[in-house]
Amino acid sequence: MRTDLPLARDRAAVLVPVLVGIMVFLAVLAGAGALALDNVLDRWKRDVSGSLTAQVPPVPGIGEAARAATDDRVARAVAALRAQPGVAAVRALDRGELTALVEPWIGSGALLQDLPMPRLIDITLRPGAVDRVDPAAMAAALRAAVPEATLDEHRLWLARLMDLGEAIGGLALAVVLVVGAATAVAVVHATRAGLAVHRPVIEILHMIGAQDEYIARQFAGHALLQGLKGGLGGFMLAIPALAGVGLLADRIEGGLVPRVGLSPLDWAVLMLLPLGAAALAMLTARLTVLHTLARMP
Amino acid sequence: MTPAMRDDTDPWWDHDDPGVETVVRFDHVGLRYDLGPEVFRDITFALPTGSFHFLTGGSGAGKSSVLGLCYLALRPTRGAVTLFGHEVTRAPRSVLPRLRRRMGVVFQDFRLINHLSAMDNVALPLRVAGVGEGAIRRHVPELLAWVGLADHLDARPPTLSGGQKQRVAIARAVINRPDLLLADEPTGNVDDRIAMRLLHLFEELNKMGTTVLIATHNEQLVGRFPYPRLHLEDGRLTWHAPEAAPLAPPPAG
Repeated sequence: MRTDLPLARDRAAVLVPVLVGIMVFLAVLAGAGALALDNVLDRWKRDVSGSLTAQVPPVPGIGEAARAATDDRVARAVAALRAQPGVAAVRALDRGELTALVEPWIGSGALLQDLPMPRLIDITLRPGAVDRVDPAAMAAALRAAVPEATLDEHRLWLARLMDLGEAIGGLALAVVLVVGAATAVAVVHATRAGLAVHRPVIEILHMIGAQDEYIARQFAGHALLQGLKGGLGGFMLAIPALAGVGLLADRIEGGLVPRVGLSPLDWAVLMLLPLGAAALAMLTARLTVLHTLARMP
Repeated sequence: MTPAMRDDTDPWWDHDDPGVETVVRFDHVGLRYDLGPEVFRDITFALPTGSFHFLTGGSGAGKSSVLGLCYLALRPTRGAVTLFGHEVTRAPRSVLPRLRRRMGVVFQDFRLINHLSAMDNVALPLRVAGVGEGAIRRHVPELLAWVGLADHLDARPPTLSGGQKQRVAIARAVINRPDLLLADEPTGNVDDRIAMRLLHLFEELNKMGTTVLIATHNEQLVGRFPYPRLHLEDGRLTWHAPEAAPLAPPPAG
């Protein structure tokens, strides 16, 4: 880019791409975290919002009698739940499934055979009826049938999880905003220094009939280039960092942590961060020049 | 009645010749820098369109200040300055670019931009005015050749001699055929031969309609040209008829 001002050699401006790079790096990490979390919450929400779980504690004691009594409790609970409106299916998990669930913690063995385990009943709600189901009424019906049984309502903890997710998302947005503000401050500072350093040249340009707009354009163009350079650099550095985190998350087995991933759309959104930083740098430089020059005699 | 026919006793600025527009007009202009003493307190003169004047006076007499008031780098502390028929004493900043684009200014210290080539320095007034690059590439080398710098298009000012810089500064001042040319000691750094040549260049421009005001302390040079002189001394401005008869064309070179 041809400029009348030797902006490329400004000491004060040399650090701008570095600063923008660091800022964009941080913003991309924060943004990627927020987007990945949003994806995870979205998946959980889809998975659990249509279902409830009832827990039936085992009847104390070891042996066939206790097991039969527990089976009876489960049967009563299943019957009571099936009678509830909005329920599509009720299925008690069999012993094999329950054993598989606890196996990762306790291990398989003889102990497991005799362990009094609470029985789980999976309740699937009819699609479309999810919002009309009254969990309190369902819990009451369940307790009437089996006083010891409890109903786990996923929606409550899901709502809390969503609140947490939103709070973290808000924090990420705050990080992006703070990073944007810091970028703007750095650009204002560098632009003011540039205006002071190049004052003699600016005076010549004014004497020749240059409008403030002409000078502002040169600073803005330069800031845009610097912003792009720094922003894309920061973005490039963030990619391996994110890939590393993704790899670590993938190594966790057993479905404890849902797969953390970013969709192409997420990447497109993240790509807006360096471009936005460059645009912000350009706009900030332009306004700083116009504002400063307007106060010149 | 041309300015050359008037004398000191005839305050010619009081006679507004019908049909003669004035490009620059000072009415009882006073100037002081901040809280310092007044550089001058009551200066009145007018430059009719197409006129050629010298502005003389010892160093510190205020020649550069008069020029500064003309190109609006300075504002008068009293009186009124009129440019191209517009009273500009308190004109807002926003109108200055338009007025300045009608002027060419040769600064005593050249004020070239050191990191730009001679070509780009001369092209500045055109770029600032939004002239296309094609026209710039046609006109700028032509003018630089005319001032004898055809071989220095890409040279940067620090590599040029004082006289060469002066010619780049002059080329920049005249590239857009200004209505008003203001030159502050434009021959201060060159020998007599080049000084004469530069003044003939200003004469050529004047013949094409540009109003010219040249500040100089070189009385000898002034005496060789048939143009009136505004003389600044002790904060007062006096008008003097030309001392020289029109000269024969200068020897080439």
